[in-house]
Amino acid sequence: MFPKPIETRGSGAVLRYQLILPIALIIWLLPLIAIFLTSIRPGSDINAGNVFGWPSDFLLLENYKAVFTESKAWLYLKNSFRITIPTVIISVALSCLAGYALSVYRFRAALPLFFIFVAGNFVPFQILMVPVRDFSVQTGLYDTITGLVLFHAAFQTGFCTLFMRNFIKALPHELIESARIEGVGEFKIFFYLVLPLVRPAIAALSVLIFTFIWNDFFWATVLIQGDHGLPITAGVRSLNGQFVSQWHLVSAASLLAAVPPVLMFFIMQKHFIAGLTLGASKG
Amino acid sequence: MNTAVQSGDAQQSWYQRNRFAITPWLFLAPAIFFFTLYVIAPIFQSIWISFFEWDGLGEKKWVGMGNYVELMDDDRFYTSLKNNIWWLVLYMLAVPVGLAIALFLNQTVTGIRIYKSLFFFPFVISQVVVGLIFTWFYNPDFGIVGIVWEFFGAKPPAILADENLVTFGIIFAGLWPQIAYCMILYLTGLNNVSPDQIEAARLDNAKGFGMLWHVILPQLRPATFIAVVVTVIGALRSFDMIAIMTGGGPYGSSNVLAYFMFETSLSEYGFRMGYGSAIATVLFLIMLVYISYFLWRMYQDEKGA
Amino acid sequence: MFKPFVRTAAAVLAAAVLSAPASARDLVINYDDLNAAPKEAFETAVEAFKAANPDINVIVNNTDREAHKTAIRNFLSADAPDVTSWYPGNRMAPFVDAGQFEDISDLWESEGWADAMASTMPSMTRDGKQWGVPYTYYQWGIYYRSDIFAENNITPPTTWDELLAASAALKEAGVTPFTIGTKFLWTAAGVFDYLNLRTNGFDVHNDLTAGKIKYTDPRIVQVFENWKQLVEPGYFIENHATMSWQDALAPFINGEAAMYVMGNFAVAPMRDGGLTDDQIDYIPFPTINPDVARAEEAPTDAFFIPANAKNKEDAREFLKFVVQPDVQTEWNKTLGQLPINKNATPGDDKFIQKGFETVSTASALAQFYDRDAPAEMAKAGMEGFQEFMIKPERMMSILERLDKIQERVYK
Repeated sequence: MFPKPIETRGSGAVLRYQLILPIALIIWLLPLIAIFLTSIRPGSDINAGNVFGWPSDFLLLENYKAVFTESKAWLYLKNSFRITIPTVIISVALSCLAGYALSVYRFRAALPLFFIFVAGNFVPFQILMVPVRDFSVQTGLYDTITGLVLFHAAFQTGFCTLFMRNFIKALPHELIESARIEGVGEFKIFFYLVLPLVRPAIAALSVLIFTFIWNDFFWATVLIQGDHGLPITAGVRSLNGQFVSQWHLVSAASLLAAVPPVLMFFIMQKHFIAGLTLGASKG
Repeated sequence: MNTAVQSGDAQQSWYQRNRFAITPWLFLAPAIFFFTLYVIAPIFQSIWISFFEWDGLGEKKWVGMGNYVELMDDDRFYTSLKNNIWWLVLYMLAVPVGLAIALFLNQTVTGIRIYKSLFFFPFVISQVVVGLIFTWFYNPDFGIVGIVWEFFGAKPPAILADENLVTFGIIFAGLWPQIAYCMILYLTGLNNVSPDQIEAARLDNAKGFGMLWHVILPQLRPATFIAVVVTVIGALRSFDMIAIMTGGGPYGSSNVLAYFMFETSLSEYGFRMGYGSAIATVLFLIMLVYISYFLWRMYQDEKGA
Repeated sequence: MFKPFVRTAAAVLAAAVLSAPASARDLVINYDDLNAAPKEAFETAVEAFKAANPDINVIVNNTDREAHKTAIRNFLSADAPDVTSWYPGNRMAPFVDAGQFEDISDLWESEGWADAMASTMPSMTRDGKQWGVPYTYYQWGIYYRSDIFAENNITPPTTWDELLAASAALKEAGVTPFTIGTKFLWTAAGVFDYLNLRTNGFDVHNDLTAGKIKYTDPRIVQVFENWKQLVEPGYFIENHATMSWQDALAPFINGEAAMYVMGNFAVAPMRDGGLTDDQIDYIPFPTINPDVARAEEAPTDAFFIPANAKNKEDAREFLKFVVQPDVQTEWNKTLGQLPINKNATPGDDKFIQKGFETVSTASALAQFYDRDAPAEMAKAGMEGFQEFMIKPERMMSILERLDKIQERVYK
């Protein structure tokens, strides 16, 4: 283990370390703590310059209620789910199929195809913006959640395929070979043998994609116009236009936007980190 | 068993005989279809559109290299390019800082797991939210910066209104989640560092920075590689923060190519899809350098595997 | 595990694809103001319209103004509402030229609007046809803290020299003369427009926004020289580039700043902020060159029918409704602005009365720099104004850059 475990330096060192940890954490999360404090104080505190001090009044419920009643935060949150969940399902499904094909079968196009998926995943969004928007306008998918979902799913397929392909490649190939020898059909092998094995990968991908899509702002801005389809990220921005100088409400709305991915991360932490670092541990 | 396979052979359908050639394509078809439609084809369409003058409504008008010629003479382009370079350079700080925090947290005291996840928090939060938080932080009148400065009796700077500070202010805000990302990559990497080698090195009296440099870092190379790649891509994709914090202002001084492109082609003050596509193409070419390097590295690994 | 997976996926997709079918009498209206007073005025009018037309199902999409400005471009072609709010003059030109607004000249003709709304008819006209109906406009000018002025024995300025003297006196008293928030740029254009209108007059404003005069023209340079007299002594509040126009209200309300070059819509939030009518007052922007006839900024807001609207018949009903004198009277009373229809009565609020006086006696009405100039030029120009307000020493290089952009935009 590196650095040397702190225990080896005696109990004083451990104590000191455990003292520094929370202090470091508070400094690190200072922005979040500040925004949380802001979200529960009355607006007058901020105008009076009381930003970091003790709130003059605790308005946790009032402020959050105000966000819901005075704005369309609820609709935005709902839209975020309506965008995020189908995207996760489609992109993970597509990439399970593609990743399987690219890892199990040996054919000449496999590697170039794989590289195209990887490369596409890295391109700047702006190079896709004009044609994707134009295509959506022409097909009537513009300004619909369906249109946004289809694009997100297609784009995330790149990353998901990279991930799935590497994951399946690491599975013991003999399993598949022996199933083939037993005469099991290719689709059956995929459904009954491989899919159960890649469950951890599916979980990891799902949390990751959930976070990516939930936090998307650019594509929502490009492909959605009205409140009926705006996700919470874009919604928070328009709330910022509505609650001008009402930082307590903007803060409350921002925190609301952050809650689902944070919860997701906490519940699925193991999968999340596995997902992020799969590439790293494989190199 | 053998006989079963052989008797099957005789009645094998065309699909059965060619199944190893066909099945992968069946599996791949949906992914390829969507990916081509929404990712691959648009890249070429964008490059094509960049040779036209087009407002997104009427007819496209061929201007050849016209958009690029104009770009070469556009101050806003150079401002954006310069800022992009600052982003690329300074965003890289996320890698060593992330490593430092990972080293700090790589202990086994009780409760460390929860600390690790809390340190990772900023990455999970939308950049829109991060941008809003820092906009407020930087407000000289009632933000944290204002309060801290005034505490020391100084006049707070208006970070987001100062052409010389604004980009650094936004990058600093952007570093916060990016450091968290790099940290988690390194934490996992540190988990996989071989204890034997560390022990061996300790016997050789290696410690501290020397140990880190000569023994640990080489083993962390995969993590470093990914950290650098995601940081470069993050730097070139910087859009959300700029849109939220400044909209490219004051007077365009915090613009980057990604936002400049959006502003030119799809905002209140411009619908020049052709010109925007030319900017996007330049951004794409810059990114292509990194993509090629990444693919080349992957190809080396694949050959080795 | 895969089967339920697929089933959920299919169900979710289906749910996403199927949306409620629109009924024949749906009337979709896109509106662009979430601020309290305008929102209320609009919603009240919509309620009245619903009451008068119970068989029309009115669907309202109300968005933030800045967002609406970007959105309209897209929804007109992709998913057109039946009625949308927008602005006349150069702002409506691209959509008219692209055939995205419905020609409603027949209504102007048959309903006698040409007479009732003669003052704004030119700005609603393009290619000899009318494309929408205005429902409100408002005056611009200087809103000032009359209490602070009185405390420091300053009389409201009517000339440029008096304005400079008043500013100096305020500065002396520790009050910043002007508040402004230039984050979204257009506020700086308001100041520029007035300096230009007072220095050179309406024709120069028009020629400049039409691209007929260069920015390095001596007349425009003179405008900036005048502006410098306010910028260099620090008569504008600091950090204005980080603030929106609403943010900039705070120093005005706190008494840290005493004047605000703004439109009348700023009065409502000033009152909401706790200022009473004894504390705020309005003056037209002071005279700079006495030989120039007084022109005013009076931006007009209007409703249009998109060419792709599905329910044009009811949309026309709504437009007719909006023009009615009593509707405009009521609407503008809530809004705190001036009705367009000459048969409507302006409210008895003191700012409305003063604004009505200012606007109705003006020699000409300008829309606004960013409504009169083409969008791209407006953006570059306003960035230039903002830069000038922070770095006045760059004046000439800014103007030369604007010339370069002008040359390309108007080619």
